[in-house]
Amino acid sequence: MNGESGRAGAELELAARVIELVRKLAGHACEAEVNVRHEAEALTRFANSAIHQNVASAATSLRLRLHSDGRTAGGSTTLTSTDDLRTLVERTLAAVRVSPPDRSWAGLAPPAPPRLSAGHPGSGERSGLGFGFDEATARADPADRAERVRDFVRAAGGLETAGYCRTVYVSAAFANSAGQAVEGRMADAAMDGIARSDGADGVARLAAARLADLDGAVLGARAAAKARAASRPVELPPGHYEVVLEPDAVKDVLENLAIFGFDGKAHNQQQSFAELGKAQFDPSVTIVDEPLGSREEPAADLPFDDEGTPRRPLVLVRDGVTMAVTHDRTSAAQAGAESTGHASPVSRSWGPHASHMRLEATSAPGVRPGTGDIDSIAESARPLVAGMRRGLLVTDLWYTRVLDPKALVVTGLTRNGVWLVEDGEVVSAVSNLRFTQSYPHALGPGRVLGIGAGTVLLPDSWDRAHYAAPALHLAEWNVTGNASG
Amino acid sequence: MTHFDEAGAAVQAALDAGARYADARVMVRRSETMSARDGDVEDLGFDESAGLGVRALVGSSWGFYAVPDLTDPSARAAGLRAARIAAASAAVPGPPADLMPTRAVVASWASDCVIDPLGVPLSDKGDLLVRATAAAKAAGADVAEANYAVWDTRKWFASSEGHRIDQHIRECGAGVTATAVGDGEVQRRSWPSYGGQFGTRGWELVHELDLVGNAPRMAEEARALLTAPRCPSSETTLVLGGEQLALQIHESVGHAIELDRILGWEAAFAGTSWLDLSRLGSLRYGSELMNITIDPTFPGALGSFGFDDEGTPAAKRHAVRDGVWVGVLAGRDSAAVAGLDYAGSVRSDGWSRLPMVRMTNVGLEPGPHSLDEIIAATDDGVFMDVNRSWSIDDRRLNFQFGCEIGYEIKNGKLGRMLRNPTYTGIGPKFWQSMDMLSGETIAWGTPNCGKGQPGQIGHTGHPTAPARFTNVRVGVHG
Repeated sequence: MNGESGRAGAELELAARVIELVRKLAGHACEAEVNVRHEAEALTRFANSAIHQNVASAATSLRLRLHSDGRTAGGSTTLTSTDDLRTLVERTLAAVRVSPPDRSWAGLAPPAPPRLSAGHPGSGERSGLGFGFDEATARADPADRAERVRDFVRAAGGLETAGYCRTVYVSAAFANSAGQAVEGRMADAAMDGIARSDGADGVARLAAARLADLDGAVLGARAAAKARAASRPVELPPGHYEVVLEPDAVKDVLENLAIFGFDGKAHNQQQSFAELGKAQFDPSVTIVDEPLGSREEPAADLPFDDEGTPRRPLVLVRDGVTMAVTHDRTSAAQAGAESTGHASPVSRSWGPHASHMRLEATSAPGVRPGTGDIDSIAESARPLVAGMRRGLLVTDLWYTRVLDPKALVVTGLTRNGVWLVEDGEVVSAVSNLRFTQSYPHALGPGRVLGIGAGTVLLPDSWDRAHYAAPALHLAEWNVTGNASG
Repeated sequence: MTHFDEAGAAVQAALDAGARYADARVMVRRSETMSARDGDVEDLGFDESAGLGVRALVGSSWGFYAVPDLTDPSARAAGLRAARIAAASAAVPGPPADLMPTRAVVASWASDCVIDPLGVPLSDKGDLLVRATAAAKAAGADVAEANYAVWDTRKWFASSEGHRIDQHIRECGAGVTATAVGDGEVQRRSWPSYGGQFGTRGWELVHELDLVGNAPRMAEEARALLTAPRCPSSETTLVLGGEQLALQIHESVGHAIELDRILGWEAAFAGTSWLDLSRLGSLRYGSELMNITIDPTFPGALGSFGFDDEGTPAAKRHAVRDGVWVGVLAGRDSAAVAGLDYAGSVRSDGWSRLPMVRMTNVGLEPGPHSLDEIIAATDDGVFMDVNRSWSIDDRRLNFQFGCEIGYEIKNGKLGRMLRNPTYTGIGPKFWQSMDMLSGETIAWGTPNCGKGQPGQIGHTGHPTAPARFTNVRVGVHG
């Protein structure tokens, strides 16, 4: 029913028309870059164990950025007729002429081919890649998503459930007046749901390149197991606790590190903790941004960023040493570095951020969710829990906000299941806790007691980022409040 | 030019495909944003977005589809598709869905605007941001940033019940921020609020902010904060400035009274609410000074409109009266489930998103005091203002908020500046401790309220004034 895929070349042709229009109206001296993005997103949302919001949209949007006579302006539109495109170009040219000088303009990306990935044109079944673009996901219909929701609800065994099943298809192109012209596409799917038992919630979520890899029954059963195990919680006092963070909680750590730590703009402004070449993390920590996907985490993004720079894997931390921060062309020029392919529509203002981070798991073979047995404890966390003398097992972190950007001190709450562990065994559920914790400090040298085997590919709750996370055993986590305040 | 024909075509197509109710909204939004840093413009952008979103109710299930193509065939196809999506929802059905009865409205509404923000020359706007950041930089900021944003939105709404409403809403706002970087420490001061002050007004709002005049003081305060003593950890009397109290209301009252959260419709993501509908009308939320209103008619506030995105006329009502919880933010379907006879708080952030329960203007009615009187009446405490961080649990009870700046209060006077001030508490306990409230109301605007999946950004207003709270835990640090 979706039928949105199979538009190869349409976006690149549109981008080329706009570049040509700029040349015609402003001459060759005007630098231009054009992003065209066709996106079909569908999301089937359920609550109280019923589908209550079921939405879909399909739209093409076009963004133009011009730089002329030392001045810059940008514009975007969802109107793509010939007249509308001309209006966009004329309006943006008019804006450039009256804009104040832009001394931070870093020029256009030079022509460079994107790397072969699942997002590369033609990367479907015949690409030879083991993790190619999945046409079935791109064409998924409401019945496909509803089927998984139904399985999730049934598997929860009568517990109240809520969540979503989502599919996304994007076909996009970039062109600039320096000759760069690239296109790509991506499709992915995600499912995220909770089950509720006696006021306690349990969660299960998973992102995938193929909708077929999302098993609603497995996820529903996992959420229900967690919810049942989380009922009748006890309250613990604030203090410093040893913790095992399950992959969902580790995702939050990675996300905050991406936005506030490895942001090249914040680093340039000395507002980040990151110091290149310094051993800031435990030697067991290696963090990679992998936007092109891999055989293990196959959900790839487009193979180029919003400035046309080809995306590539980037090692941010290797064996505890901070190796890199993420750059767009502006922050890279200010740092005397090269763009790492992390430009976004807002990166000049808000900074370039990694959105496909992976914390490397230990080399021991792991069990991917969906294939292991159903238990209230995530597979990769079980050996870590077994090794904890007294501490907390934390499923998920919620509403985390930065108190001190330089030290990356974050406050937030636990959610979807916390347990007290003694001598390697879960002894009781615990009510949710507030924490105030420096994330890089928690992962500092000597503070990581163990990393789980196998990562779980997790969707972000708000945007399209993905995080591949194992469980993490940390020596200390600063709990600053409980349900009483 | 109107787009009622396209909206009507989408509605009719949904009905023809089996929907028992359908509505559609065409939205055309032009927006403009500019940011500057250290005396240079950093980014300038114009966006234009136009399309149609149609919502269909088939049996007890909803479906929604959105397209950017404003033609009759496309609108009809969208209506058909919305109905088909709704039919697919029946695979996991809920209880019978209904809509609170309402009269069909045919109307037109436009927000007040003295100076059209999109009509102000770009060079003037750029000069303003450049001068504000240059002034902050010259006064000692390591990084000086300023921004403005303008939204100009036109909507055409049609429903199968006969609604035909068009609206033109103009919003804008601006702000300036100074950042000082020390050894292992970053301090920020923002004027007039974190991210800027916004309203459903014209550019006259930005003129009133005096960004250039206030920028040097922001830089001086940010630098002074680097060496100020850290806010001590204690339980004390807390005086909050109006900007921070707006955030407090937004997080610990506004979201808590959203009926969709109370009913569990947002349980998996945004969360639920600690409020239980069975106690509506009797639950003590706060002290008797606490009077919270839901008021989309508040002049110039960022959550103002003529009609919500279900066609319900804007109207003022109490959410908390004399400290007792008496009202919620509702839509027609959630009101029907809860057995309420009012709605009016449903909006979408664009044509491609499903309308959902959103805050409008949720604010505190003025109190009898002034900030000076509150400070003078406080022997020992802490004053905090301008939000720096916010975190609250998924039931909207347990919060911890940080502010940009704090001051000791000793013997009725402001004392030393305090860095990294934070406070924490449990919503109703905190509100019940409010014992003094100013009448110096400002309608603070929040242009970045996230909710829903796919995510939507809401524009909300929070008329409020400074207030005092007792026995509050302050100075929570990592």
